[in-house]
Amino acid sequence: MGNPILEIENLRTSFRIKDNYYAAVDDVSLTVKKNELLAIVGESGCGKSALAFSIMGLHSKANVEGNIYFKGRDIANISPAKLNELRGKEMGMIFQDSLSALNPLMIIGDQIDEIIYIHNNKLAKKDRKEKVIDLLDKVGILHPAFTYNQFPHELSGGMRQRVVIAMAIANEPELLIADEPTTALDVTIQSQILDLLKKLKEDIHAGIILITHDLGVVAEMADRVAVMYAGQIVEIADVYTLFENPLHPYTRSLLNSVPNSNVVQSELHVIEGIVPSLQNLPREGCRFSPRIPWVDSSAHEKNPELHEVNPGHFVRCTCYRNFYFPEKSKGDQHHVVS
Amino acid sequence: MSFLEVKNLKVHFPITGGLLGRTIDHVKAVDGVSFSIEKGKTYGLVGESGSGKTTTGRAIIGLNKITSGNVLFDGQDITNLRRSKMSARRDIQMIFQDPYSTLNPKKRVFDIVAEPLRNYENLSKREEKKRVQELLELVGLSPESIHKYPHEFSGGQRQRIGIARAIALKPKLIIADEPVSALDVSVQAQVLNFMQKIQKELGLTYLFISHDLGIIKHMCDRIGIMYKGRYVEEGTPEDIFTNPQHIYSRRLVAAIPDIDPRKREQQLQFRRTVKEEYEQSYNDYFDDKGLAYQLQPVSDTHLVALPGRG
Amino acid sequence: MWKFTVRRIGIMIPQIALLSILIFIMAKMMPGDALSGLIDPSIDPATIEAMRDRLGLNNPWHIQYVDWIKGVIQGDFGQSFRFKMPVTELISQRLINTFWLSLATLILTYLIAIPLGITSGRYNDTWADRLITGYTYVGFAAPLFIFALIMVWIFGFHFGWFPTSGSVKPGLSPGTFEYVLSKINHLMLPALSMALIATVTTVQYLRSEIIDTKQKDFVVTARAKGASESRVYNRHILRNSLLPIAAFFGYEITGLIGGTIFIENIFGYPGMGQLFLESITLRDFSVVTTVVLIFGIASILGALISDIILSLVDPRIRIK
Repeated sequence: MGNPILEIENLRTSFRIKDNYYAAVDDVSLTVKKNELLAIVGESGCGKSALAFSIMGLHSKANVEGNIYFKGRDIANISPAKLNELRGKEMGMIFQDSLSALNPLMIIGDQIDEIIYIHNNKLAKKDRKEKVIDLLDKVGILHPAFTYNQFPHELSGGMRQRVVIAMAIANEPELLIADEPTTALDVTIQSQILDLLKKLKEDIHAGIILITHDLGVVAEMADRVAVMYAGQIVEIADVYTLFENPLHPYTRSLLNSVPNSNVVQSELHVIEGIVPSLQNLPREGCRFSPRIPWVDSSAHEKNPELHEVNPGHFVRCTCYRNFYFPEKSKGDQHHVVS
Repeated sequence: MSFLEVKNLKVHFPITGGLLGRTIDHVKAVDGVSFSIEKGKTYGLVGESGSGKTTTGRAIIGLNKITSGNVLFDGQDITNLRRSKMSARRDIQMIFQDPYSTLNPKKRVFDIVAEPLRNYENLSKREEKKRVQELLELVGLSPESIHKYPHEFSGGQRQRIGIARAIALKPKLIIADEPVSALDVSVQAQVLNFMQKIQKELGLTYLFISHDLGIIKHMCDRIGIMYKGRYVEEGTPEDIFTNPQHIYSRRLVAAIPDIDPRKREQQLQFRRTVKEEYEQSYNDYFDDKGLAYQLQPVSDTHLVALPGRG
Repeated sequence: MWKFTVRRIGIMIPQIALLSILIFIMAKMMPGDALSGLIDPSIDPATIEAMRDRLGLNNPWHIQYVDWIKGVIQGDFGQSFRFKMPVTELISQRLINTFWLSLATLILTYLIAIPLGITSGRYNDTWADRLITGYTYVGFAAPLFIFALIMVWIFGFHFGWFPTSGSVKPGLSPGTFEYVLSKINHLMLPALSMALIATVTTVQYLRSEIIDTKQKDFVVTARAKGASESRVYNRHILRNSLLPIAAFFGYEITGLIGGTIFIENIFGYPGMGQLFLESITLRDFSVVTTVVLIFGIASILGALISDIILSLVDPRIRIK
């Protein structure tokens, strides 16, 4: 797989709510290698997007602690000017909502041109234009020279997402972060975009972080998977292990709650309770324990850590050893909440 | 006899233009759709954005004006009847995609759920409160939550409030328009299970509108696939998922990501083949305007939009 | 684009026609007519009546209206009772004076608004922002005529830096350098007084536009591209926030009309606003009618300019 492009150590990103700081990303460590696609999966509020924004240094009002090494250099604590040299050049980002991610008053060509110009202002405008048109062609835009002069609202969602991708790969970054790149798209468009990302992965040899809530997308794209719950990574494994031998109760529950198109299930698994809000996260003990109350409390660790159960397969807390799915009591699937 | 029957439904929206803003053309959002749902069953309507699936649902319940065609509910013609004038209308209710934007943020849960009761039934304050509490209990919310506001609930709970409101009048048919699309997977499962449970308990019939084929397959007894306002294929989940006949359905089915990472290569190959096939035979499956042909039966349960033979 | 403009102008024509009818009817409803002031009281009423007939003053109102509007289109607004001269002649010089005053005010308004709005929006919640917001609140609260009187007193009488009446120093011949300088000197104080008050709306508007744009996703995209903070502001935030301000330009003209009426009277500046109040007190109706008509048309044109600018600068509207 190659050398690590990105190494994150004990990252903690906190947001201020009233007078206190609350960590949305809490003690996250991970690595991404060259040519590798790491998927980060979790539900809304688990901290996966906050993690992506922390890596890119895009939080304007958050407190980011810990170390982020990009090619061996700590980028969590460098000057904005130094960071700007990396952003858009060696690190690219693909955003979820392509309509709001593009400037509505600027033509597509100028928006892609800008990212090239910022990092190489010696290149002549004419050459840059040629490069932009090549890029648009590369991401599968049918009439690149025409699209160059179009405004974002004139394009379909799928086309816009291609433009956002073209922008992210313009300077052939070594690390690409894709934050829910297909969530807003129709299935047939989604599969086209995923295929494009696969092709680009081979072309540009980047390390890719794919953030998603869609397990199908993970199964199709990832080399390794990190599952996040309540700001922490609860399980990391290679994609085959994760789908075939998931260990953490959250991973197992999540996999069981998706309607599987191959198997007909009479009922989907429901995770008890609700995802706690940032202020109400349990900060001590196993954060998932309130959602599996039938598992004996002695099964949890006091300070749950990631354990390497097999080479490369990490699971947080010891509760996975005692976890089982409860017998389904008839007609009482939903938990009454006040 | 079928419970809901939609016959050659058309919903066209005018496009205005020119200097005087006259109608110059129509958007044929729904262009000749026919299907029927049997009592107690779930009918799935699938399609991508712009396929007309939502417009179809809204037209049935009277939120979009029907240009032509008929909607028969329990044997009665309800085409373009005003909601207020129709006793049958209370038997049809709708659940919307975004549970937050369809609940009035300034109203308490009690008033939200009681609203349809106030419109249709004359209940005393006490009866009304009792009914609302029963409904909330039915959807798995504690009776104390009646005094709260929508923002105090999570997404899944808000969708349950929406469902409680929809079932308040004991409807017979529920049109669910992307009811779980805005929710996280685990919450999605809660709502889907719950919808199945009340279907059994209350004998409900569902028209389930979604773009997610996995969910449609999980929920539905019969499925219709729409494309640009027309049907391309209709059949049982078996017909649609294991034996899709129309090139568009095949493409749609091929696009679903497989949850098994070992099948990745296979899936990629399959998708490529289908894509090539789609591009090559596009003209065979669509007319010169790029629209689907009329449905033709290929088996007892399975209909496909194929070019007219003879 | 041209289609939109043509349609927009098409809407404007009936607006102006309706405006002229309303003004005409109101003028007719006022007591007296062109002859009441002119005529020697000793003349026989029958003769006056014959004169009225001859002038068409006894015709039904719509025929009179058509006669009037025919004149208006040819630039003939009738006679001023008070000044005993054609209204057109009376107004032309004042119209030019008001035009220069308005232009100077507009330029000053934007010269003040843009830097203040940008500072306030970019560095919101700093002391500079609080200072600027404080000024805008004072501006909102202070009535223009009181503020203008204070300005006259301080800079006109107390310091004597600026003249306190007229539009040019008497005795200078038009076209000379001194003449132009004197014109500017006479303009400065009224224009500045008006601009200082009128600008607060624009400052506030620009501030909230910038704060709003700062939080847009495309700004995050720009940062992810590696754009420096100054580039993010200049290329993305400012540009996108200034466009709605540009579109507001036309409506500023409407606002100016109200302002000039006060300002010209307080500063004794011979423009349309001063003429307007004078003519009302003197019941010089043909002048009042003309001034109202011109003000009305200016407002309608202002709205037109706004719509056209908006359609020019915003591609999302331009396409339609």
